[in-house]
Amino acid sequence: MSTTNKVLHAIYNDDDVLMDAVKKTRAAHYHIEDVFTPFPVHGLDKAMGIAPTRLAICAFIYGCIGLSVATWMMNNIMIQDWPQDIGGKPSFSYLQNMPAFVPVMFEMTVFFAAHLMVITFYMRSRLWPFKAAENPDVRTTDDHFLMEVSVKGDESELVSFFQRTGAVEVKLIEKH
Amino acid sequence: MYTISSKLKTFSIVLMVLGLLGIGYGFLTAPKDIKEVEAILAAESHGHGGGHGEAHEAAPAHATETHTEGHAAPEAHATADSAGHDAGVADAGHDEKSATGDAAASHDTATASVDSASAKDKAFSTQTNPESVDKVEMGNNPVVNKHEAHVDEHAEHQEHLEHVFHQLQNKPWAALYVACIFFLLISMGVLAFYAIQQVAQAGWSPVLFRVMEGITAYLPIGSILFFIFLLTCAFHWNHLFVWMADGVTDPKSEHYDALIAGKSGYLNVPFWLIRAAIFLTGWNIYRFYARKTFAAQDEANDDSNYKKVFKASAGFLVFFIVSESIMSWDWIMSLDPHWFSTLFGWYVFASFFVSGITTICLVTLYLKSKGLLEYVNTSHIHDLAKFMFGISVFWTYLWFSQFMLIWYANIPEEVTYFIQRINDYTLPFWGAVVMNFVFPILILVNTDFKRITWILVMAGIVILAGHYIDFFNMIMPATVGTQWFIGIPEIGSVLFFLGLFLLVVFSALTKAPLLPKRNPFIEESKHFHY
Repeated sequence: MSTTNKVLHAIYNDDDVLMDAVKKTRAAHYHIEDVFTPFPVHGLDKAMGIAPTRLAICAFIYGCIGLSVATWMMNNIMIQDWPQDIGGKPSFSYLQNMPAFVPVMFEMTVFFAAHLMVITFYMRSRLWPFKAAENPDVRTTDDHFLMEVSVKGDESELVSFFQRTGAVEVKLIEKH
Repeated sequence: MYTISSKLKTFSIVLMVLGLLGIGYGFLTAPKDIKEVEAILAAESHGHGGGHGEAHEAAPAHATETHTEGHAAPEAHATADSAGHDAGVADAGHDEKSATGDAAASHDTATASVDSASAKDKAFSTQTNPESVDKVEMGNNPVVNKHEAHVDEHAEHQEHLEHVFHQLQNKPWAALYVACIFFLLISMGVLAFYAIQQVAQAGWSPVLFRVMEGITAYLPIGSILFFIFLLTCAFHWNHLFVWMADGVTDPKSEHYDALIAGKSGYLNVPFWLIRAAIFLTGWNIYRFYARKTFAAQDEANDDSNYKKVFKASAGFLVFFIVSESIMSWDWIMSLDPHWFSTLFGWYVFASFFVSGITTICLVTLYLKSKGLLEYVNTSHIHDLAKFMFGISVFWTYLWFSQFMLIWYANIPEEVTYFIQRINDYTLPFWGAVVMNFVFPILILVNTDFKRITWILVMAGIVILAGHYIDFFNMIMPATVGTQWFIGIPEIGSVLFFLGLFLLVVFSALTKAPLLPKRNPFIEESKHFHY
């Protein structure tokens, strides 16, 4: 590892230009560290070659956990622990009284799937209160798009390459 | 332009011929008199162990057999001194088939032909032993009251035979009815989806409009066949609708049913036929007009035709939701005239709506596989699959809401509907939930799967079969009761209507180019990408 860690910031003011630049950069085999945009740019992840998210798979598993928790809980409380006769409902087995439990089973499934997925999202994207903001340029939250590229080899050639991609600004930054 | 392949034509004609043979077989093998029923029942019981067979033939022992689930009253068993009765306990499986009718029919004095009465009886009384009739608490129940005078076991046996006779006679008719209404409503589901897409100004679906129009081409033919079927009911060629039976509304008749008589302001044959005619005509007018105007848009220089279709579709949807609701009461719920449910219309709608969308998906996949739908990509298919998934869940929501509310409150006059279905139709009743909910939700929840042809075809076939069974569950218990079976008459009816459906739909698809030309949203739809 080299001690100096230089990156290049190419700033764009249009998402179409950005998309073209991302495609050109990938074609030229430069490594894109990150892209900062003020809003979701449709198709940017595909253009950057980012692997698809597995959040939905997580949510499915969390939903299954929620369903299991609800089933276990109500079986334990209503059938095993104290099978009371409440208004003539058959509490002899879980299946016999199941229709009454379905609303809870459904809600618990949704609750677990939704909340655990959101928490997973926060953890994976490192978001929490009092977290220091990471945007390299304040304009990226308003109307500018920034591509961060790791610097290797000829710096001046790199700069001229990004200027040709329609960047309004190209900067070399020392990152610590 | 699409041209129907000769293979498909032959295939559908073969289906129709096979179906007609099956339907004919069903009508020919239906018993013509009570003696035949007796022979059938005797043969049936012999196959299930001799002990029960004896009991079955000996009327006294037969009358003491209690079927109603869980209430096999000990007293009733104790009084049974027939040797055959001991075997009767072991014969529980057999009881499902024939003794249900026995127990029910022994009460069935007031309305021997009224099948739904059997369900009512089951809930009202748990004992069928004539000697202990005075123990029956529901003394104010007219059915049970009449029963007291009815101690002659032989007559009771005869009545049971008559009951089974009517059920068996209904069988081929009911099989035909389920298939007929199922395919009619599939084309209605497609038409409703088409109107919604027009009104919603959907940007993705215009490339599929011609496919939908092709499928709805079954509507005029299906409507005519269905209306003819309704006429056969009205002319008493069959006994599917018990409220049409003679004397049901006449207080002097032995068939008098106060509940049905109270509803006769609505449930009477002329009004019923007029309503059916209005609904079928209204739906067909919209279909005809929308298809014609939509085709004219291809040649026009402005969008006035498009606007006409838009307005017609909006009007149709208002008419549709009212007529659909009433249709479900008339054609399905009135088979059980003692029972009512408020969300029934929605439930029926969800069932045929998802079937319609599934049909669109399957026909699209077929045409796409022939290379005829140039602009249909996996994103369009993906959208259809999402609708299949979502409306399947919607159907389940309504199915469960109807079931759970009634199960929870357990009011006798409502709950008999489900008791009969759960006891006598255990596998179809729960199987429909598995096929229409569990299977689609596990298969179609995956985004990638929603684009894979063979998975969608498999899911589509399961969904369509599941909704056929759903209609089977709605119609059969009220018409054939415990005598149900998915045999030659049922499969034959499905094959006949499937063949007709395929022939009509794919012939209609040849009549117009598969891609609309001047639709305002067609360019967007061609480039639709998700």
